[in-house]
Amino acid sequence: MRVTVRLFARLRDIAGAPDLAREVPSGSTAADVWRTLVAEFPEMARYDSSISTAVNADYAKMTTALSDNDEIAFLPPVSGG
Amino acid sequence: MRPVAVTPDRLDLEPLLRLVADGGGHGAITSFVGTVRDNNVNRRVTHLEYEAYEPLAVKALEQIVDETVAQWPGIRIAVHHRIGRLAIGEASIIIACASAHRANAFAGCRYVIERVKQIVPIWKHEFFDGGEVWIEGATANPTDEAARLEAVRRACA
Repeated sequence: MRVTVRLFARLRDIAGAPDLAREVPSGSTAADVWRTLVAEFPEMARYDSSISTAVNADYAKMTTALSDNDEIAFLPPVSGG
Repeated sequence: MRPVAVTPDRLDLEPLLRLVADGGGHGAITSFVGTVRDNNVNRRVTHLEYEAYEPLAVKALEQIVDETVAQWPGIRIAVHHRIGRLAIGEASIIIACASAHRANAFAGCRYVIERVKQIVPIWKHEFFDGGEVWIEGATANPTDEAARLEAVRRACA
């Protein structure tokens, strides 16, 4: 199935793009997609324990199972205000 | 004027004050204006660029408004966050809070800014003399009750 990965701040800089289209196995979770990203961009590994995720613009857990055409966002620690 | 917004436009507090003041039951209105500082950890800051995951940032701000009303019933809140490039001294966030009495108005205002820093998906890119860095604060977890209670504690300190 196909998902769109949205990246922000430092993660976007590391990937060199704000979004990536990725083909992932059916039943993949947010964590699965994160692991493939880290394999592709090893510099992202340092966010393993600080990342948050959102699916279709709602906060989600890393264990969330994805569906075809989902938008999955990975959020580094936030710094608004 | 919406009570919650994420916008590239310059922020103006006056309409937010009018919005929360609607009706006559409020004896106190507080406001908070977060501005771009010219220094950070011994760096001379030249400007900031704010980036947001906009649809989720708006939802997170709405959640914070709901939490604030649940904590201090009757309170009225408006909060706007700016994104894009901001010069030194410009406002990055404005909050207005109306309540019957000053204690809740101050507490509500403080609570909103504490929660913004905890959970809203907005990032600050700092540009300074000699480089740039993404500022990274809290891991956003909107259901972390300990974090929420810490914001309440700070608001009431």
